[in-house]
Amino acid sequence: MDVRLQIAMVFHLDKCIGCHTCSIACKNVWTDRKGAEYMWWNNVETKPGTGYPTAWEDQSKYKGGWETNGGEPQLKMGRRSLRVLNIFHNPDMPRMDDYYEPWTYKYEDLFNAPEGADQPTARPISMVTNKPIDIKAGPNWDDDLSGSPVYAANDPNLEALTPEQREELFDIERLVFFYLPRICNHCLNACCVAACPSGAIYKRGEDGIVLINQERCRGWRMCVTACPYKKTFYNWSTGKSEKCILCFPRLETGQAPACFHSCVGRIRYLGGLLYDADRIVEAMSVPDDQLVDAQREMILDPFDPEVRAAALRNGIDERTLEACERSPVYKYVKEWKLALPLHAEFRTLPMLFYVPPLLPVMAKTDAGVYDSSNEELFSPIEKARLPMEYLARLFSAGNIDPVRLALKKQYAIRLFKRMETVGDMDPLVVKQALAEVGCSEAEAEQIYRLTSLPTVDDRYVIPPMHREEAMQMLNDDVLADKGEAGFGFREAPVRGA
Amino acid sequence: MLDNLFYIILPYAAVTLAIVITVQRYLKRGFTYSSLSSQFLESDELFYGSVPWHIGILVVLLGHVIGFAIPRQVLWFNGVPARLYILETTGLLFGLLALVGIVSLIVRRFTSARIRAVTSWMDVVVLLVLLVQVILGVYTALFYRWGSSWYATSAVPYLRSLFTLQPDLKMIAPLPMAVKAHILNAFIFLAIFPFSRLVHMLVVPIHYLWRPYQLVIWNGDRRKIIGQAPRPRPKTVEATVPVTGDTVAASRPVVTG
Ligand code: SF4
Ligand code: SF4
Repeated sequence: MDVRLQIAMVFHLDKCIGCHTCSIACKNVWTDRKGAEYMWWNNVETKPGTGYPTAWEDQSKYKGGWETNGGEPQLKMGRRSLRVLNIFHNPDMPRMDDYYEPWTYKYEDLFNAPEGADQPTARPISMVTNKPIDIKAGPNWDDDLSGSPVYAANDPNLEALTPEQREELFDIERLVFFYLPRICNHCLNACCVAACPSGAIYKRGEDGIVLINQERCRGWRMCVTACPYKKTFYNWSTGKSEKCILCFPRLETGQAPACFHSCVGRIRYLGGLLYDADRIVEAMSVPDDQLVDAQREMILDPFDPEVRAAALRNGIDERTLEACERSPVYKYVKEWKLALPLHAEFRTLPMLFYVPPLLPVMAKTDAGVYDSSNEELFSPIEKARLPMEYLARLFSAGNIDPVRLALKKQYAIRLFKRMETVGDMDPLVVKQALAEVGCSEAEAEQIYRLTSLPTVDDRYVIPPMHREEAMQMLNDDVLADKGEAGFGFREAPVRGA
Repeated sequence: MLDNLFYIILPYAAVTLAIVITVQRYLKRGFTYSSLSSQFLESDELFYGSVPWHIGILVVLLGHVIGFAIPRQVLWFNGVPARLYILETTGLLFGLLALVGIVSLIVRRFTSARIRAVTSWMDVVVLLVLLVQVILGVYTALFYRWGSSWYATSAVPYLRSLFTLQPDLKMIAPLPMAVKAHILNAFIFLAIFPFSRLVHMLVVPIHYLWRPYQLVIWNGDRRKIIGQAPRPRPKTVEATVPVTGDTVAASRPVVTG
């Protein structure tokens, strides 16, 4: 057993209101620079939809993720001996137009325009060429199902549905959507790391954050292709790739990352997970329908004395273990089985988990028409507007069972709380609903509390993995590492000639 | 006089610049070492420029290096006419490939608005020097036949004399203008090399072929922690995710972004 610590995340999709505050917080802190304007390390997309970059989930186009084909795991973009031949031109490299061309407006025209009969306008100007452009796409072009015949209808996940289901999904009376906020998953088996020819991308041993060393990156762009979530970005100005750094300078000082901290819906949870690094290959190699379970399996119980002993041997200290015991992520993912990895079939073992949304599922329909006059309070999840196959395709590699369990459990908890607070539920029905998902009343209460009433400290349990402390724990000579940790550049990040 | 300047002083100055600045830049401004790829901004035309260019020029360059390293063997090889023709045709073909590539790259650089936005003066200089070099090379191959042989008997002795610090211009003095210009331009290329994006050829990531897929970097000295552990570890080197191979050791934190 090789126990390691991972800073992991849970996003509770039922709570996301799609306000994009998280994206803006991140943009303001990290990517408001030349060459990075188009990057959204945090983005929020509408599902069904094609997302950002357009149709990123379609790996027949983008070639991201791992493939097993029954044998040794291999990058989908091809074996590396052949891949080096693509160094002069990467055939599977996404282009700027797959994202969008960043633009601003010529605001000064509003002030300088001569007096006339028409209102002056601020024309859009490309931030690459500084020339006027005709805006064709943006980072969030299909927000709230806008342009759904073009965007939502082309969502690659709709493949999981029958033609009838698809058609129903876009019936105007039944339209349904939810939000999917995305950041880098800080994967255990990251494709970006595996694809980087320069060895510039690495996982930090102590906390599992995946970073790109800006000085070693040579702009070979393989990571951009390899990451199935399209969360490494090529900075077209500096000629280096960049990605989400999980705000590690904030984490190191005990603060939640900017997107977490600013989240209006309070949907985000962050905490430590202990996992067994010896089981990574095993967990990434199982058939699709077992991926969710295999990934859960390799997450270790921080209360288990054997795990604790092994963790201590690996240099993980007591205080970190304590934090892991309180980790909301551990609860959602392992204990309660409510949170699921996004597209486990990419096999990168992502460390960001999602609680699938119940809200669109709960809505009722009567002969295709939304109906709120039913006697039953909530219609059963099987009659959902959003077919479960769709959610399964997103959150459990096509296996409906884990998604169904997560939804049924949330459903049962609603009934339970309804019974407690309003008192118009039949206790027997509630009992049965809870029993069906193997959830005790105490657990239901806990889930309810952490879902609906969590404080900041409940949501973010940041282990004391801060580098300063880690360094003091490890090195006798503290000053030896002075000036070496943290975000920043030893030299100005100017483009080479 | 001019010959001394062009073929003795310039070469030494160029080589010194190339070595000193390249190393200094690597150590002090390592960030600027990048392919500076513009594929993200424009991909289709790049294919018809970058691929023929790189393949063509690499083969031609390799030919020059072989001729320099083992001139006698090349002469012996060329002793049989059929072999000489094959060698020369191959060289010419790859030279033409490089020419097609560089011309496409130049056209692309000046016709695409996005690419112009990321074009520096040095890029223009580099493209011009390379264009001139390839044109002179192809011209020589076409009009001064059997260069693979006379390169071994005239240019190589001169280049070697530079190496041994006893520059001797005798062998190249009678060479035609085009060839002499080709040599001169090569030294100009060397001189601009460290100031341009050309340095990316020094950081070609060959080690990717054998390194483990996953890379984990520990902040402290991992070996020390593991060393203190009561249970001996099978490997003393630090640990990674064993996806296919295993294990890379690195203990220093790195500046990142
Ligand atoms: S999500 Fe992509 S960029 Fe992030 S660690 Fe995984 S493979 Fe790398
Ligand atoms: S800030 Fe929170 S609620 Fe708002 S879009 Fe982002 S994740 Fe959703």
